[in-house]
Amino acid sequence: MEDGPEMTITLKPVDAVLVGFGWTGAIMGQELCDAGLNVVALERGPWRDTATDFATGFAQDELRYMWRHHLFQNVTYDTLTIRNNVNQEALPMRHLGSFLLGTGVGSGGVHWNGQIWRFLPTDFQTKSHNLRRYGKKAVTDYDLTVQDWGVTYEELEPYYDKFDRLCGTSGKAGNLKGQLQPGGNPFEGPRSNEYPTPPMPQTYGPTLFGKAAAELGRHPFPHPTGNLSQAYTNPLGAQLGACTYCGFCEKFGCGNYSKASPQTTILPSLMLKSNFTLKTECEVLRVEMSSDRKRATGVTYVNSAGEEFFQPAEMVILSAYVLQNVRLLLLSGIGKPYDPKTGEGVVGKNYAYQTMSSVNVFFDDKIINPFIGAGALATVIDDFNGDNFDHGGLGFIGGAYIAGMVTGGRPIEMIYTPQGTPAWGMEWKHAAAKNYLRSFSLSVHGSNMSCRGNYLDLDPTYRDIHGRPMLRMTFDFNGNDHKMSDYLTDRAAEIANAMQPREIKLNRRTGSWNVTPYQTTHNTGGAIMGDSPLTSVVNKYLQCWDVPNVFSMGAGAFPQNAGYNPTGTVAALAYQSAQAIISQYLKSPGPLVRG
Amino acid sequence: MKKTIDRRKFLLGSVAAGVAGASAAAIHDGELGAPPRTFRAAVPYEEGTADAPPELSGNSGYVYFTPAEAAFIEAAVARLIPDDPVGPGAVEANVPFFIDRQLAGPFGRGDHYYLGGPWAKGTPEQGYQSRFSPAQLYRAAIAAIERYVASTYNGVTFGKLPAPDQDKVLKSFESGDAKLDGGVDAKSFFAMLLQNTKEGYFSDPMYGGNKDMGGWKMIGFPGAHYDYKDWVLRHGERVPFPTVGFKGRAGWKTVPK
Repeated sequence: MEDGPEMTITLKPVDAVLVGFGWTGAIMGQELCDAGLNVVALERGPWRDTATDFATGFAQDELRYMWRHHLFQNVTYDTLTIRNNVNQEALPMRHLGSFLLGTGVGSGGVHWNGQIWRFLPTDFQTKSHNLRRYGKKAVTDYDLTVQDWGVTYEELEPYYDKFDRLCGTSGKAGNLKGQLQPGGNPFEGPRSNEYPTPPMPQTYGPTLFGKAAAELGRHPFPHPTGNLSQAYTNPLGAQLGACTYCGFCEKFGCGNYSKASPQTTILPSLMLKSNFTLKTECEVLRVEMSSDRKRATGVTYVNSAGEEFFQPAEMVILSAYVLQNVRLLLLSGIGKPYDPKTGEGVVGKNYAYQTMSSVNVFFDDKIINPFIGAGALATVIDDFNGDNFDHGGLGFIGGAYIAGMVTGGRPIEMIYTPQGTPAWGMEWKHAAAKNYLRSFSLSVHGSNMSCRGNYLDLDPTYRDIHGRPMLRMTFDFNGNDHKMSDYLTDRAAEIANAMQPREIKLNRRTGSWNVTPYQTTHNTGGAIMGDSPLTSVVNKYLQCWDVPNVFSMGAGAFPQNAGYNPTGTVAALAYQSAQAIISQYLKSPGPLVRG
Repeated sequence: MKKTIDRRKFLLGSVAAGVAGASAAAIHDGELGAPPRTFRAAVPYEEGTADAPPELSGNSGYVYFTPAEAAFIEAAVARLIPDDPVGPGAVEANVPFFIDRQLAGPFGRGDHYYLGGPWAKGTPEQGYQSRFSPAQLYRAAIAAIERYVASTYNGVTFGKLPAPDQDKVLKSFESGDAKLDGGVDAKSFFAMLLQNTKEGYFSDPMYGGNKDMGGWKMIGFPGAHYDYKDWVLRHGERVPFPTVGFKGRAGWKTVPK
């Protein structure tokens, strides 16, 4: 091998190749195989199943999974470079922190919290709606580059519903076919069906939050969750069990088959199909193109033994994480790269994140027992999310949900100490001992509006083990984000104070984005959807405008990020794409929307 | 450029070079280094391949730290978490032993760190930017700290300083006010030392720290219990479960005659 020419083995063609095998890979695999297509999935990480990889005998291990990153992408081999603005030199993210990237079968769908949300109807018209209601400045101040999605809530609703049925989502509808329902979220878009399973019973902390919020005239409701309140069998025949509130969801696999994941909802069906093949430890290097660059011919990948293959395919589905999908588009020359100086180009444009803050609440007389937790165990208000409130005179658009949330009481990560407590020494120790059982946190889960200077491109200096340029992330919170987050943190503090605690502590979103402290793994944009090839990478069916047999899944399609967790919308977009491929594209392969 | 890589060989080679947990279990590491596999029309569950946590080597003594380094670590963590009747100190909880075994294993080698060049200092927002692996950073930092302490306090070692002076030195690293030589970023090292100390104090005892689950007992965390369903609606009550680790607790074992 060393002296001769590189040998790439060409494999038998398939109908579709899936690049990455997490939530969107599993959804597309199931739908396309059900339609009779011959599908190959390529996953860079290993196989993972519940009994082998996150059995209850060892799954609840904070050190190994959270702090030693056992289920996450290993940045030793591949990371990205980061900077806050174009005037800085981007440097490698040398250790995971702010976001915890997945890898392996199921990927982030294994170690997510299971928080299942739909975006608001107006979230899909961020530009036109806010322009109409608040004027041009609202959508252009702070160099905002927000756009409409090119898809509506009404169009996505059947696919949101399908994902709820897949997961068995536990919750209470607030709006059934236009009729408001007591106990649910009155601000949500109309649902065609009630949740498949009832909400999780709430522990003390979320219950106190709900009472205080209601006293203030807010509209509390139980967080919709993929940690199931009761046993459930989904339409694919997969069985999930009732959550036991062990408090190890986010960053951990569930050993109890209680958290919706590709493993618990789709793989028991998909893996048995004779027209589906999964190859693990196989990393796709690039999408190969025809000589006229109008069509993808397949993908080239390398396996963990160092062997290189070309997999010809009629369709290429990019179903890896946002950051990998965008990087593959850039490496493969699909779409015009975005230039922040001119504002031209689309690939890498409108990278966005999530604007997080929190308020800690400390009691003397109430035992909260934070270790009784679950990934989406929370009581929530949506009164200040999206455009659910009048933004007139506030100087920002967007918002957040505020959740009295107890995802767990994992002691290395989740000991809250009062304002002014040092980080170590006797005073810290005494504060930890005094407050651990008697405190919890309100999470302020804020939108993140895209702006001209936040984008993704290829790094000019750093390369991965395959010799490919790393992805470069240029990102900082903008003035809209900070104003929104301050306003919302104040609203959370009102609820915290109404719980009549001994004291509260505000953890505001201050300063520039920092890569070290964990925030969320809700990276969005860079392969955004829209109604024109001049302003977006993919159409409403996630089909690349420039190369119609390439589809790019995931939150990369979000033109900006709403104040909710992304997975529900990611799944709905994937289901809509699968439906369009099956009902339209297969009959007439080509653009599904005229550009 | 030679494109052929063998991650499995790399992994096995690096485990063999390590000290802790050098077992054949590395073949199934749960995250990388497995041979490529193809699955079709089958769920590839295999018996006997549980991705169980690594075994600890020994239960006392140091395999990574030199005696001088151990003296620094014991003195420093005793200030980060001091001992008193409220709960054990970091030394009493066996945190120095925990850190030693962590540094001797994959964490110390920089597994899950990207350490490639070029190496610029960067902004605070860009996080860890050292070329050192954690084990290398501890070695370089402790030596640099002892040079700093000797020059500031007339040749004394950190361990021999009175506690208030030790705190003062540690605070100057925490704030970044004190600068160290030898290419060590003092603030970055302090952050790692504090994090590792809390890990040793609150992680499962199978990793060598949190002796007798003293860290957990102090705050009231009962360990990783599997099922709290019966306690969800018992608001405000203390959960009476005894504290337990992955390998059980003392009450589970009977001493043979």
